[in-house]
Amino acid sequence: MQQNLVALLVIAALTVPVSSFAGPRDDLLAQYATAARKETPAFSGFSAARGKTLHTQKFAGGKPDTPACTTCHSENTRGAGRTLTGKAIEAVAVSVTPQRYTDPAKVEKWFKRNCNEVLGRACTAQEKGDWLSYMISQ
Amino acid sequence: MNIPYRPLTLGLVALAFCGIVLERAQAGGDDYFPPVIDPVVKEECGSCHIAFAPSMLPARSWKRMMGDLKNHFGDDASVDPETAARISAYLVSNAADTGGKRYSSKLLRGLAPDAAPLRITELPKWVSKHRSVPAWEWKHKDVRTKANCVACHADAERGFYED
Ligand code: HEC
Ligand code: HEC
Ligand code: HEC
Repeated sequence: MQQNLVALLVIAALTVPVSSFAGPRDDLLAQYATAARKETPAFSGFSAARGKTLHTQKFAGGKPDTPACTTCHSENTRGAGRTLTGKAIEAVAVSVTPQRYTDPAKVEKWFKRNCNEVLGRACTAQEKGDWLSYMISQ
Repeated sequence: MNIPYRPLTLGLVALAFCGIVLERAQAGGDDYFPPVIDPVVKEECGSCHIAFAPSMLPARSWKRMMGDLKNHFGDDASVDPETAARISAYLVSNAADTGGKRYSSKLLRGLAPDAAPLRITELPKWVSKHRSVPAWEWKHKDVRTKANCVACHADAERGFYED
């Protein structure tokens, strides 16, 4: 009994710092879900697998020197990336960089910039949610 | 890998002569450009490339640049108006020709008084300082662009451009 209590306390202590970050990410995903439902009434949830495809796929619509998200972000989501001007980018996987995607304005700012660079258009709410789900799962 | 000798030697030199470097820095040496310390400027101007030292361009250049962040060398670097005003104020008051500092007067040498270049790498003095760098080195996959100062100046983010 006492052992269980200790174990519970340990688990609680371990999970608190992590879950205190999860709030803003969940809110963001919920917002994207609402927007995605408006975009396509048939919306049936986000998929980390589709997010992975989006992350690694090469597009022709954007700038020639940035065909994919992985031009700057590492294909291995847990590794560091690098911009074309040589600036290091911290890993995009939440497991490695836990403070990621907790500032909605920052997330939106970079989706706007980077989707334009890579796809030559804004990302849909579905795409943003998929990509985010992939990174949260990593 | 042909490049690493440079960061390596730079690193060693920086370590070995730390005292001397600091002394020169405090005295306002030609090759020390105080790095950005404002957290907002660091975040907004230091994620795509290093946050370039404000003392590397004249105030008129920073004003011109801040006037069109939407078309920033082909990228959209725009921020909300409040943030832009804060960044602008910081860059302008720490520019090469303001604030009464003398570190960078040399870098502006040869620049017409009304010229407002957007690139440090197009300043006549910068160009002449880098004339000795061979073409293959600029094209090296670890350099790629002249704006990638850290590829050769390992301590650039701390403001040191020692050779
Ligand atoms: C030209 C280089 C580049 C490309 C290409 C790129 N990114 Fe980024 N991305 C960055 C930089 C730089 C940052 C800001 C630095 C950081 O967050 O570490 C960033 C940040 C982000 C963020 C915000 C992270 C946070 O912590 O809030 C998201 C979301 C993002 N990128 C998504 C994407 C997606 C999706 C793609 C592909 C469609 C993409 N990026 C392609 C350079 C790039
Ligand atoms: C979205 C990415 C991005 C952001 C954010 C950004 N820049 Fe840039 N910046 C670039 C690119 C791309 C270049 C061109 C680099 C090259 O020539 O390879 C550049 C070049 C520059 C140069 C000229 C470098 C040279 O060649 O001498 C300066 C100065 C500069 N930026 C200042 C700023 C300032 C100040 C801010 C903040 C207001 C900022 N940048 C924010 C992408 C960005
Ligand atoms: C490909 C390598 C390379 C890159 C990239 C590079 N430099 Fe240099 N830089 C050099 C070399 C080599 C010298 C020394 C030239 C000499 O003294 O003959 C130098 C000298 C300098 C000096 C003069 C230092 C002194 O002791 O007088 C400054 C200032 C400087 N660089 C700034 C920059 C800035 C700012 C950038 C990025 C915008 C940059 N450099 C990018 C190689 C490079």
